[in-house]
Amino acid sequence: MTLPETSQMVAGRSKGARARGRAAIVVRFLVVIVTTYLGLLAVTFFIGRVIPIDPVLAVLGDRAPAHVVERVREEMGLNLPLYQQFLRYLGDALQGNFGTSVLTTNPVMTDIRRVLPATFELATLGTLIGSLIGVPLGVLAAVKRGSLIDQAVRIVGLIGYSVPIFWLALLSLLLFYAQLRWVAFPGRIDVVYEYTFTPKTGLFLLDSLWQGQWDVFRDVFRHIILPASLLGYVSLAYISRMTRNFMLNELSQEYIVAARAKGLSETRIIWCHALRNAAVPLVTVIALSYASLLEGSVLTETVFAWPGIGLYITNSLQNADMNAVLGGTIVIGSIFIAINILSDILYRTLDPRTRAR
Amino acid sequence: MSPLLTVEDLRVSFPTRTGLVEAVRGVTFSLGRERLGIVGESGSGKSQTGRAIMGLTPPHAKITAKTLNFDGIDLLKASPAKRRDLRGDRVAMILQDPKYSLNPVMTIGRQIVETLRTHRKISSSEAKERALAMLEAVQIRDAGRVFDLHPHEVSGGMGQRAMIAMMLIAEPELLIADEPTSALDVTVQLDVLAILDRLVAERGMGLIFVSHDLRLVSSFCDRVIVMYAGRIVEEIAAADLRNARHPYTQGLLSCMPEIGQDRHPLPVLDRKPEWAL
Repeated sequence: MTLPETSQMVAGRSKGARARGRAAIVVRFLVVIVTTYLGLLAVTFFIGRVIPIDPVLAVLGDRAPAHVVERVREEMGLNLPLYQQFLRYLGDALQGNFGTSVLTTNPVMTDIRRVLPATFELATLGTLIGSLIGVPLGVLAAVKRGSLIDQAVRIVGLIGYSVPIFWLALLSLLLFYAQLRWVAFPGRIDVVYEYTFTPKTGLFLLDSLWQGQWDVFRDVFRHIILPASLLGYVSLAYISRMTRNFMLNELSQEYIVAARAKGLSETRIIWCHALRNAAVPLVTVIALSYASLLEGSVLTETVFAWPGIGLYITNSLQNADMNAVLGGTIVIGSIFIAINILSDILYRTLDPRTRAR
Repeated sequence: MSPLLTVEDLRVSFPTRTGLVEAVRGVTFSLGRERLGIVGESGSGKSQTGRAIMGLTPPHAKITAKTLNFDGIDLLKASPAKRRDLRGDRVAMILQDPKYSLNPVMTIGRQIVETLRTHRKISSSEAKERALAMLEAVQIRDAGRVFDLHPHEVSGGMGQRAMIAMMLIAEPELLIADEPTSALDVTVQLDVLAILDRLVAERGMGLIFVSHDLRLVSSFCDRVIVMYAGRIVEEIAAADLRNARHPYTQGLLSCMPEIGQDRHPLPVLDRKPEWAL
């Protein structure tokens, strides 16, 4: 019999091929990252040049004498050929140097380090709320398709993505802050704590927990819970809808009939078989929704006076602070790329069919 | 000896927007520990008959029968939990295409073990041992490697053997094979059938073999039921198939090609409306 040999050969070959396949995937990932990043930088650079704002004028104001203007222009490298300007820009950007914000007079990177954790904390909590409630709701709606529960989830979702968020935000503030006093005033933290509490990472919930300052934690929680719930609600609307669709698709597959024929309980079929398969496309949906929250939700941040990156970029834009705007755009772009890669990796671990063979 | 399965006047109907669609309309047969073939064209109700016995009819469908009895258990009166306990344990079903009927994100081994551990209280190491033995029983060489593979990594024939292993590991008494070889290559079909044949004989199971392939069924089964439009039009011993009386069966038989014979033009199947009444 030659068959055992053949199967061993197949196994041996597939092991080598597997390593090669993995290397190829890593290389492909790197190429995608580098080209996307270059594209991002090129676009922001050209937007910066095309926009009718004179960076020299923005720094000096319109009363500076002509020779000063000329000197500053030279210092900023604005009289160099365009490609040299781009290379300089590239070098600076790769070092995280996006220039100085005219508005705050800080280096843009310092500002971003301050505002990004605020948005990150809010977006993460929002996404957690959205998926931890949205996924089970979607599963329930799919399993009880056409029932009252399904209709209720549909209506909750419809409200979530058709009602403007600032309106919901104002109304919820009116109810939960002004009337019920359940949550705190807009802002990240009470003025009382602003000087006694020194955050390390900028994620206030974690920092206060780490330092064991329970009263601060409680205060921070009372501040973040309402905006996070609102963002969570909006992503829940989308996530539950998509979960329902993915689940309906999986539940109509033949392997579900086979699972029933094996005598498995409905609970096991729904949560271990169908949802495990639906999780594959769901990862992308949740990641995209998370990324869009990380951009900074300007409306929510405005209503809740949340010092996040959305508010920062909007303010900078309104004040023609181009360094801050472009720097912020690049940071958000990088986050977007990172989330995409993460969701891609997760997708591959969840679905054996996409793994290198 | 009382039969393993008694079906009397089984009816399955689906309410739709355009009215009631009757998929199965009064099917009666009984089955011992033997092989029964059910043949018929698409939509003749042969698959729905099998699914009704399994209890896998969609919930919105209506099932009625004078008798639907499996080994003394009235299936129509049994609770859903009781029927679930029967499935996979005493009554099992093999589906058509392993490409779709195996869970794509679960390893083959885990899917086999899952059946066993649903019905038997045994440790996971013992379950794995038995699953490996079962994989060997369906003639998979290198069972240890296949155990850890995902369904997309094996061929159709191997997938269907895994399916058989998954459904037979709890040693059911009745097996319903719903077109078990239709999705496979012709060369592989015979291998899979041979495995199925041996296991059914060794374990003394009752088998309902649902197929549209008359020749396959007649060579594989003891008895053949021919269904048309939800009814049984003929029941005949497989060996006597040549002497079938019903014109529909004769029509099906005369469509089969034979080496050395000219079947040109191919006869058109007769479908008289009165057969469907």
